[in-house]
Amino acid sequence: MSSATLSAPAPAGRVPVTLRLASCLERKAWISLGVFLALSLVAVPVLHLLVPPESAFHVSAYAITLIGKIMCYALVAVAMDLIWGYGGILSLGHGLFFALGGYAFGMYLMRGIGRDGSYGSDLPDFMVFLDWKELPWFWLGTDSFGWVALLVLAVPALVAFVFGYFAFRSRIKGVYFSIITQALTYAAMLLFFRNETGFGGNNGFTDFKRILGYDITAPATRVVLFGLTALVLAATLVGSAWLVKSKFGRVLAAIRDAESRVMFIGYNPLGYKLAIWVLSAVLCGIAGALYVPQVGIINPGEMSPANSIEIAIWVAVGGRASLIGPVIGAFTVNLAKSWFTVSFPEYWLFFLGLLFIVVTLYLPQGLVGLWKQLLARKGGTA
Amino acid sequence: MCRSLLTLLFCLWAWCAQAAPPSVLEPALLRQLAAGDSEARIGAIQQLAGSRDPARVGEAAQLLQALEEGSLFAAGERLFLMGESDYRELATGATLAELPEGADGVMVNNRIRGVLANARAALALADPDAAVRRAAARELQTNAAYELEPVLAAALAGEQVEDIRALLVLAHAQANLGNPDAAARLAAVRALEASASPNTRSLLLPLTDPALEADARVREQAARSLKAIESSLALGETLGSVFTGLSLGSILLLAALGLAITYGVMGVINMAHGELLMVGAYSAYLMQSLFRSQFPALEDWYLLAAVPVAFFTAAAVGMLMERTVIRWLYGRTLETLLATWGLSLILIQAARVVFGAQNVEVANPAWMSGGITLLPNLILPWNRVIIIGFALFVLFLVWVLMNRTRLGMFVRAVTQNRAMAGCVGVPTTRIDTLAFGLGAGIAGLGGVALSQIANVGPDMGQGYIVDSFMVVVLGGVGQLAGAVWAALGLGVVTKFLEGWAGAVIAKIAVLVFIIIFIQKRPQGIFALKGRFADQ
Repeated sequence: MSSATLSAPAPAGRVPVTLRLASCLERKAWISLGVFLALSLVAVPVLHLLVPPESAFHVSAYAITLIGKIMCYALVAVAMDLIWGYGGILSLGHGLFFALGGYAFGMYLMRGIGRDGSYGSDLPDFMVFLDWKELPWFWLGTDSFGWVALLVLAVPALVAFVFGYFAFRSRIKGVYFSIITQALTYAAMLLFFRNETGFGGNNGFTDFKRILGYDITAPATRVVLFGLTALVLAATLVGSAWLVKSKFGRVLAAIRDAESRVMFIGYNPLGYKLAIWVLSAVLCGIAGALYVPQVGIINPGEMSPANSIEIAIWVAVGGRASLIGPVIGAFTVNLAKSWFTVSFPEYWLFFLGLLFIVVTLYLPQGLVGLWKQLLARKGGTA
Repeated sequence: MCRSLLTLLFCLWAWCAQAAPPSVLEPALLRQLAAGDSEARIGAIQQLAGSRDPARVGEAAQLLQALEEGSLFAAGERLFLMGESDYRELATGATLAELPEGADGVMVNNRIRGVLANARAALALADPDAAVRRAAARELQTNAAYELEPVLAAALAGEQVEDIRALLVLAHAQANLGNPDAAARLAAVRALEASASPNTRSLLLPLTDPALEADARVREQAARSLKAIESSLALGETLGSVFTGLSLGSILLLAALGLAITYGVMGVINMAHGELLMVGAYSAYLMQSLFRSQFPALEDWYLLAAVPVAFFTAAAVGMLMERTVIRWLYGRTLETLLATWGLSLILIQAARVVFGAQNVEVANPAWMSGGITLLPNLILPWNRVIIIGFALFVLFLVWVLMNRTRLGMFVRAVTQNRAMAGCVGVPTTRIDTLAFGLGAGIAGLGGVALSQIANVGPDMGQGYIVDSFMVVVLGGVGQLAGAVWAALGLGVVTKFLEGWAGAVIAKIAVLVFIIIFIQKRPQGIFALKGRFADQ
């Protein structure tokens, strides 16, 4: 522990909440956050809705969907960073929580289609196709936004809690934990691929029409979803910054670095690990719920082990244990992906594979680490 | 011999005279075949099948074959047999160059086809060649109709070869199930007890129904026979599940053996392990292509050449991976996981670029096709039997290598305590490379085995990495015995669950089971004991 933290003034309880929140980010970080929010809440809507499409400043619907999607990914990456970067636990199953949130919200969107489906039935099309006569029990209440919003938070949380409780209790860690989470998402993918599971099988959910009564493809709806995603991302960043600087965050980092020592001091790591694990899963669920209405489809492919492991590489590329790193990583990798898959589809996997290798071999701190190194070198020579 | 010579002379004469003698078959029968409906045609076919007179048998066989091949034509009540370049009217023996107006092929629907196959088999029972009779008797094991009963009885009386007799007894009994005489039916049901085939079960089932079977004694006996057949069938099914489970387990074993070695030695999970299987499978494909183009005569033996080629190719790829990537990440297991995943992506894409995204075709050699029939519903395909044997052979080699050679001793030493092994002079970095090459090579061998029973494509390895890691987890690290029990156990359990609940549920159940299992025994079934256990 450095001497600076030892001589920290006034106990945390005395400081007003606003000040505590303010102190969790540096001034520069607050400014960039403000710029980010201004851009996504004001500039983008204006440029999309008010500037005519012919103008060079018009932001296309494609760009909004793409950036909105990547912001959801960035949210997942931040969640992954909390558990991996600060907790030292590499999950290869975060795609599962993302997809669970997505499916939960997808149920609401499916019910929102109403009788506008191709069969004109009250039931979602795939159920008519399977010749089901009524909704399965777990679909009950999914036409209510409030209940579904609860599901989005509760389902990933519950799954994460049950799994995490058993895993952390028997002190499964390291590669064992990673592989078991991979097996978990793999099993879930197989389950959701079955038609009988009741979530649309292979095709998942798609062809959404409405959200809260508004047309889901309307430009205004898009812009609102986009702004909402940006807000959630910003809030998550601030909240996480506060969390990792709190006592909880310190203990968590200590568990990451030397679990046995923390136990010897008298802490029980189970609660800390479980809390950050469930929180991370819930964030993923929220990201999934924001993702589905913007992208317009959710299917079991989101649960494939390959997807989950890609989340880890976003974090690794950006830089672990720094909150801005995962966001940078998610944007870099996904922009590269959409550029590659259009221009050189056959080289994308080569690039991604090389990225995995190069980052782990040469950039253990990611882009953020590289930037810091460059700054330090510059400072050193000056 | 004499007769065939005569026939030849006869044919020659017939050809010179441009007309064959009229058929020995009754004109009424031919008319029935030409103009009758399906029912009448089936009757005619069954009458033809009942022929015992050699001259009639020959002609009937020819006629039925023509019917099956679609070279029989009818115009009204006249029946024509297509020859090389002309048509022969059967009733008169006259040869025509062209079919008369309105002639059409005699229709064969599925029902007729079923009767036809048995009728031809019944005729073949008179063949002097035992192999032909045996094949015919096998054919008659399904759906022998009551109309064939006299033929079967006569054939049974004249049959000398023991195993054909046994087959004929069953066929005769089947035919007799339709006998109006209750005593004959009773005897037939009793005889069928010995045949344990799913077909017999479905034949006997109606006989237990009072609505379909009037005689109480027959019903009683049918129920008893059914019970015997069912228990024998259940045995076959159980053994079949065990066998397919062992076969899956042996593949898992080949995949997991290599993983167990690399994981044991270096403590890293090689996510590209599945792709090493793929490298092995593509090696088999390349050897097959090479043999096809260079040594077509030896094509069946390409697999033997593929075994060492796959081993060394995969080992080379593995050693290269170890030297260039994995070695530099020593001690950072989670990063190694990601880096090897990157390697696997590159290997998959490389396979796509080189061989195309489609699956390639790797054929079973002729000596691996077919199977051993143990029970009527239990056939062990040769390719799976050979793969089980191959897995055991590889296991034996690995055991010898690990326990009886200097290299194996070093590998075990590094697995148990790297620092100490280094201190006493074991070249640990070289051992790492060699052990990695060994593990990769074994994966390559697994790929060759897999190429014989599964699709060979760029993505084929992806599905095995989770499974083979489960085997390693279940078996315990660095334990050959653990890997063996875990692989075979997982294979058998998976197959049983599949039979009971379907493939997906079985897979999920196994994964859940392993997750629970690790709660209880994080070190696997065969945990290392002593001070290394908690590493």
